Amino acid sequence: MRNLRLIINREYLARVRNKTFIVMTFLSPLIFVGMIMLIAYLSMLNSTEQKIIGIHDESGLFAGEFKDGEQVQYLDYSDKDLVSARQEVLENEYFGLIHISEVSPTYGKPEVEFFGKDTPGFGTIENIEKTISDKLTREQLIAKGIDVSEIDKARADVSVQIQNFAGEQSSKMSNYIKMFFGGAAGYLLMMFIIIYGNMVMRSVIEEKTNRIIEIIVSSVKPFQLLLGKVLGTSLAGLTQFSVWIILGTVLLFGISSFLGIDPMAARSPASAAIDNAMKPEINQLVVDILKLPYASLLSFFVIYFIGGYFLYSAIYAAIGAAVDSETDTQQFMFPIILPLILGIYVGFFSVVENPHGTVSTIFSIIPLTSPIVMLMRIPFGVPWWEIAISITVLIATNFGVLWLSAKIYRVGILMYGKKPTYKELYKWLKY
Amino acid sequence: MENLLVAENIYKRFGNFTALNNVSINIPKESIFGLLGPNGAGKTTLLRIINQITMPDEGKVYLDGKPLHPDDIAHIGYLPEERGLYKSMKVGEQALYLARLKGLSKAEAKERLEYWFKRLDIEAWWDKKIQELSKGMAQKVQFVITVLHRPKLLIFDEPFSGFDPVNANLIKDEILQLKDEGATILFSTHRMESVEELCDYIALIHKSNKLLDGKVSEIKKEYKSNTFEVGINAADEVTLLKELKDRFQTGPARFKSIQEDLKLSIKLKDHENSNDLIQFLLSRARINHFVEVIPSVNDIFIKTVTQHA
Repeated sequence: MRNLRLIINREYLARVRNKTFIVMTFLSPLIFVGMIMLIAYLSMLNSTEQKIIGIHDESGLFAGEFKDGEQVQYLDYSDKDLVSARQEVLENEYFGLIHISEVSPTYGKPEVEFFGKDTPGFGTIENIEKTISDKLTREQLIAKGIDVSEIDKARADVSVQIQNFAGEQSSKMSNYIKMFFGGAAGYLLMMFIIIYGNMVMRSVIEEKTNRIIEIIVSSVKPFQLLLGKVLGTSLAGLTQFSVWIILGTVLLFGISSFLGIDPMAARSPASAAIDNAMKPEINQLVVDILKLPYASLLSFFVIYFIGGYFLYSAIYAAIGAAVDSETDTQQFMFPIILPLILGIYVGFFSVVENPHGTVSTIFSIIPLTSPIVMLMRIPFGVPWWEIAISITVLIATNFGVLWLSAKIYRVGILMYGKKPTYKELYKWLKY
Repeated sequence: MENLLVAENIYKRFGNFTALNNVSINIPKESIFGLLGPNGAGKTTLLRIINQITMPDEGKVYLDGKPLHPDDIAHIGYLPEERGLYKSMKVGEQALYLARLKGLSKAEAKERLEYWFKRLDIEAWWDKKIQELSKGMAQKVQFVITVLHRPKLLIFDEPFSGFDPVNANLIKDEILQLKDEGATILFSTHRMESVEELCDYIALIHKSNKLLDGKVSEIKKEYKSNTFEVGINAADEVTLLKELKDRFQTGPARFKSIQEDLKLSIKLKDHENSNDLIQFLLSRARINHFVEVIPSVNDIFIKTVTQHA
C-alpha cells in the first residue's frame, strides 16, 4: 500500500506538471468562455443590423402587407418600372428587391422573384412567401363572399400542457434541456476516456522504451504499478475537470457581468423565436432547468467516469505494454474507439428518441457503452435498479478486464522487439 | 561456507521455448559470483527469477536459507541490463522515488543519496534532468539507486556495458568495496577480464543449461593441462630441441621476453611435475622463463561452450 501511494503520487505529479496538461487545463476554459462571448457578441451585432428590401408590386395588393420590423425595412418601388427599381436598389446597396407580378385578386397566383447580391436566409424567404400567400388567401376568400372576420374569430390556438402522473408540470423545452445536459455529459465522458486512456498508454510505452520498467518492477509488483498509474492519471483527470468547472463558472459570470453581456442571450435566433412564441412557458422552463437532478448527475458522472475510465485505461495500458512504440498502437486503436463512438451514436439517436426503449436500456447495461449511454439517460429519470445493474456489471467487468490486462502487461513490459499480434497477446495470457 | 542464495532446479519455459533447464546455483556469503554465458543463454531470465520479476515454472529459490518472499526485495539490489530512468524527471527526485519504493523513508533516502552523490562526485546533477546527462552519467545514478538501500545481495546484469574505462574502473572498485563491507554480489557478464579480476565463483550457462560451476581457482585447477611455457638459451639448440621432442610433448610458444630465447610450450604426462622438467633442462640450457600455463576463464568459457555446441 505504501508503494501504491508512492506510485500514485508520482504518476499524478508527472501528469499535472506536464506543460501540455497545464496549458490545456487553464487555456480550455478561456477558449470556451471566449467562444461563448464571441457568439453572444456576434448575435448582438447581427440583431442591430437592419436590412432594407425594396418591393416592386405590380398589382399593388401586397406592398402594404410588408411591415417594417427591427431587422427589416421595406421600401415601395411599385411606381417605378422594374429595371430602374433594380438599378436603384443596386446603387443604394440595399439587401434586395422583391418583384410580384400582376395577379387578379379572385384567382391564380403571382410570380414572385427576389433580386439580391446574396441569397436571402431561410427565414426571410419564408416570411415573404407567407405574407403574400396570406394576403392572397384573404382576398380570394373575400371575393368568394366569405366573411373573413368570422374566420379570424373561429381560429383557436391550442397549446399542450405536459404533466406527469405525479402532477408535476414540465415544458415542451424540458426534453431538449435533458438531452442537452445528458448529451454533454456523455460526450465529455468519451473525451475524458480517450484523452486519459491515451495518457496511460503513453506513460506505459515511455517506461518501456526508457527501460526504467525493469528497475521499478524489481521493487514493486507490475500490478501495483499498473494500478498506481491508472489511479494517478484518473486523479489528474478529475483535477482538470474540477479546474474547468470552477474556472469556467468564474470566468463566465465574471466576464459577463463585467461586459454586461448576458451569456444566456447567446442562443440562436431560432430558439429565441421559440421563446417569444412561448412567453408563458418561460417560467416553466426556468423551473425545469433548476429541477434537473444536478447532484445525481454530477455524482453519476464521477462514478461512470471512474468506472468507464478504469475499464478503458486498463485496455490502453495492456496495449502500451504490448508495443515498442506509439506507431505500433494503430491496429489496436479501432476496437477501443468503436464502442465509444457506438455509445455516442446510440445516445444521440436512440436515447433522444426513446430514452427508456429496448436499445437504450441494453446499451446502458453493456459495460463498454454504459458510461456514456446511461449518463445520457439519467436526466430523463432512470429507475434506481437499472442504474444498480449497470454499475454492478461495470464494476464486475472492470475486475475481469483489469485481471486480463495485468497479465498482458506483466509479460509485455519485459518483452522487446516482438511484433504484437492478437495471437501473441493470447499466448501471453497463459505465461 | 554458508550460502546466501540458493537456486534449486529452476525450470522456465515460454511457450515451446525453454529458457532455463534444471539450473541450480549456490552463492556463498560475501563472495562475488559471476554468471557467464553467451547472449540468449538464459542469464537474464535467471536474474529476473531471483528478483521475483518472473516466477519459475519449477524449482525454488532460497535467500538466507528461507524460501524467497516478496518482502525480500528490500534485501536485493538489482541493476538490470536494459536500464533507464525517467527522461523528464529530475535526477534527485527520481532517485528519491526509486529509493522510497525500496522501503526507505524519505529522510533516510535523502541522507544516503547525499552521501553517495558526494562519494561518486555527482552532487551537481541533483537538479538536472536525465535527458541532460550522458549515458555513462545516467548509469552512475542507476548504480547509486541499486546500492542505496544496503541490500545483502547485489545483482548486476552486465554492469560494465556502456561505461568508459575510467567509470568502469570506478564501478569495479565500488563493487569490491561493497564486498568488503559485507555484501554478496552476483553479476552476469560476457566480459571475461572483469570475471578474472573480480569473481570468486562462477557458473556457466549455455543454451538454458548450466554447464559448469564452482570456485574459480578450483575450476582452473581442473582445466589446467600440466603444460609449461619455457624460455631457454642453449649452445646447441638443434640437439636440445631433438632431445626435448623425444622426451616431452612440445610445441612453439608465444610470450614476450627481452632475451633471444627458444620459446616452447611443453606438456608433461600426468604423473610428472614441474621438477622433472626443470631437472631435464638444468643440465642442458639456461632457463630464463618458466611458467605453468593456467587457462584463463575466457579459455574455459570458449572450450566449454564449443564442446557443447
